[in-house]
Amino acid sequence: MPDTAYAVGAVLVAAAVTWALRALPFAALAPLRASGTVQYLSTRMPAGVMIILVVYCLPDLSVTEARTVAPLAALAVTVGLHLWRRNALLSILGGTAVHVLLTSVVLA
Amino acid sequence: MRIRPADVLPAARPAPDPTGRTPSEARAAFHASLSVGLGFVPLGLAFGALVVQSGLDWWWAGLSAAVAFGGSFEFLLIGLVVAAAPLASVAVAAFMVNVRHVFYALSFPLHRVRGRLGKAYSTFALCDEAYALASTERARSWPGPRVLWMQCYLHVYWTGSALTGALLGSLIPESVTGLDFALTALFTVLALDALRDLRGDLPTPLLAAVSALVARMLFPEQMLLVAFGLFTAVLLARHLMTTTGRPDRA
Repeated sequence: MPDTAYAVGAVLVAAAVTWALRALPFAALAPLRASGTVQYLSTRMPAGVMIILVVYCLPDLSVTEARTVAPLAALAVTVGLHLWRRNALLSILGGTAVHVLLTSVVLA
Repeated sequence: MRIRPADVLPAARPAPDPTGRTPSEARAAFHASLSVGLGFVPLGLAFGALVVQSGLDWWWAGLSAAVAFGGSFEFLLIGLVVAAAPLASVAVAAFMVNVRHVFYALSFPLHRVRGRLGKAYSTFALCDEAYALASTERARSWPGPRVLWMQCYLHVYWTGSALTGALLGSLIPESVTGLDFALTALFTVLALDALRDLRGDLPTPLLAAVSALVARMLFPEQMLLVAFGLFTAVLLARHLMTTTGRPDRA
């Protein structure tokens, strides 16, 4: 365990930066809310932001390596389950279970 | 839905205890939060377990989850703290990973959340998943208390599962791997739901995917920042082109 004061300080610094990034833009962007351009952006951004986060989460996929199968299969199961049942719990649990099985048993 | 006077005339009375006034909002928020909650729990458990496996104390997992509350950055923070990185580096890393939150102010319904304290908490707890849940088409009718309750539940799920994971961390066999996919699955589900709200607007997801891939190939270190910036710029350009192309029909 590193020095306790340092470990707590690191959390506080991270929290301060994160909160500032979450709170300050509301003051800066509030006057823009009524604009058509901002409304255009705000209806399209949620889907785009989530797609970018999915790509961010996926590891580097190399076609030649067997372990690439795990995230791709898990992703396919998640998407398939969600299109089929539209049940977020089922989709997340199903995809994660496939990933855990593949990485800890099949490809271990 | 029944319209209560409290929703219509919020300024007419002093803010009473939200638990006494809005039990149905708390319940509705709980149901809405469950899908994300189920993604948070395995991830939080994994985060807590990783904290203890890295040699940090169990309480640090709870402190980080409750106070920093930025899932993906907290995984990164473990490594930084173990390596005793300077606090300035921690600040820069937190900025780079979390700067995407700047974009959330464009569409998160903070204007519906009442009171200084409520707004302060709502911005503090504005994680990716809270943003995704609150900016869906379904959520456009949510009153402020429901948004706040939903965020509060997400905060509790994350902190509770991080602490549990830290306390039980030693019990999880090291051979069990791959739990981290829960985060990917969660974003995938949120993306599919958001895509449905777009009603066949195919260019938007394509532009997002291309922005993400370009950012990943050219700037892997700052992938999120570059991808969000690029995506916003391309969307803006597309909007300007379509509006100037047919100005009289705007």
